[in-house]
Amino acid sequence: MSPLPALLSREIRLAVRAGGGAFVGVLFFLVLVSLMPFALGPDMGLLARIGPAILWIGALLATLLGLERLFQTDREDGTLDLLVTGRTPLELVVAVKALAHWLTSGLPLVAAAPLLGLMVGLDPETIGLTTLTLLIGTPALTLIGAIGAALVAGLRRGGLLLAVIVLPLSVPVLIFGVGATAATAGPAGTASQPLLILTGLVLGLAVLAPVAGAAALRAGLSD
Amino acid sequence: MTAAGSITALSGTGLGCIRGGRRLFAGLDFHLPAGRALVLTGRNGAGKTSLLRLVAGLQQPAEGGVRLHGAPADEPLGPYLHFVSHLDAIKAAATVHETLSFWAAWLGTGPGADAAPLPAAGIDDALDRLGLGDLADLPAGHLSAGQRRRLALARLLVAPRPLWLADEPTAALDRAGEALFGTLVAEHLAAGGLLMAATHQPLPVADPLGLEIGRRSAPAGEEETR
Repeated sequence: MSPLPALLSREIRLAVRAGGGAFVGVLFFLVLVSLMPFALGPDMGLLARIGPAILWIGALLATLLGLERLFQTDREDGTLDLLVTGRTPLELVVAVKALAHWLTSGLPLVAAAPLLGLMVGLDPETIGLTTLTLLIGTPALTLIGAIGAALVAGLRRGGLLLAVIVLPLSVPVLIFGVGATAATAGPAGTASQPLLILTGLVLGLAVLAPVAGAAALRAGLSD
Repeated sequence: MTAAGSITALSGTGLGCIRGGRRLFAGLDFHLPAGRALVLTGRNGAGKTSLLRLVAGLQQPAEGGVRLHGAPADEPLGPYLHFVSHLDAIKAAATVHETLSFWAAWLGTGPGADAAPLPAAGIDDALDRLGLGDLADLPAGHLSAGQRRRLALARLLVAPRPLWLADEPTAALDRAGEALFGTLVAEHLAAGGLLMAATHQPLPVADPLGLEIGRRSAPAGEEETR
């Protein structure tokens, strides 16, 4: 097998095995969204109105959960040193690891979104649109998180710092993600504009995050 | 393009290293021809591991440079070498076989493999050689420290590369393991490979070159940096 597919399949296999933490995120997402009606009261109109925002905040926090360990374990057990001595550029390592993380942590969130949409009383059209925006937007959250994870790879207890770095950077993704779903209330066709901007953000981050993440990891290797 | 056995020597000129604002060594020169071993000695903290990381390209030297003669001068050395550090790079959840086949896929191709003196061994053959054949399907988390080390050393066989860097390679190994490592090194050197190792154990290799680090350096604090 050539190096990158080998890395991808190994990352996915490790994530879904015991201790890998792939499904912890989606469980956290379920619990978080189920708690909302208890906190807000049984006002279905209110829940339906803020439902997309609840789902997006839930997805954002759930994405953060496992990210701290994305590069930290590799750095601690010497894997990172060896990944660097391969012929594959570190940028691609970051990209593949982020992809594996999204497939095992982000995609289950998207799959759970329709169910949770029902729980907060969204109408079918909004459920569809929220799921679509999550499908487009969660890769952006993972990519931003990968930059943060690379920055804190060398730190003990980097998780809190990671949240402080990643959450502010996620604001544009959150705005356009929720914005696209809110636009269903307006005239037809207005959802496409925030969706396009969201897609642009993801594509831009797909280029930026591997470069930034690799630079952070390289800087961390030498101390 | 590099061909098998084309690596003729590894040399370092005027190497200096600063770690955490403290100078470890300066003006370090060495020359290691193909087929020979270079053993690094020095007190704890002298910079043996740092020198190995410099050569591996994991760290940048404060001054000086490292060259692998026979490889293109403008390429990083990483793909030409194995770095066996005190960390084994083993994931507890992956089986022994999966661990080794991943590293074979990751490290086993490229210019380093083309320039390597020996061909790659199969995964099962390498595990048998290291005495791990019966444990192939065991999750690596269940291995003992010595077995983890053997699994790390198996990488040397499945991904052929001309230069081996080893940092205390025989730590945690039993007598038989030490002897086995000696045999692997002897085969590698006989075929024209290079070994640079930091170790206090005598390596079972004929006539190794020696390099003592930190002997001439000033006491800590005397030589201020920055």
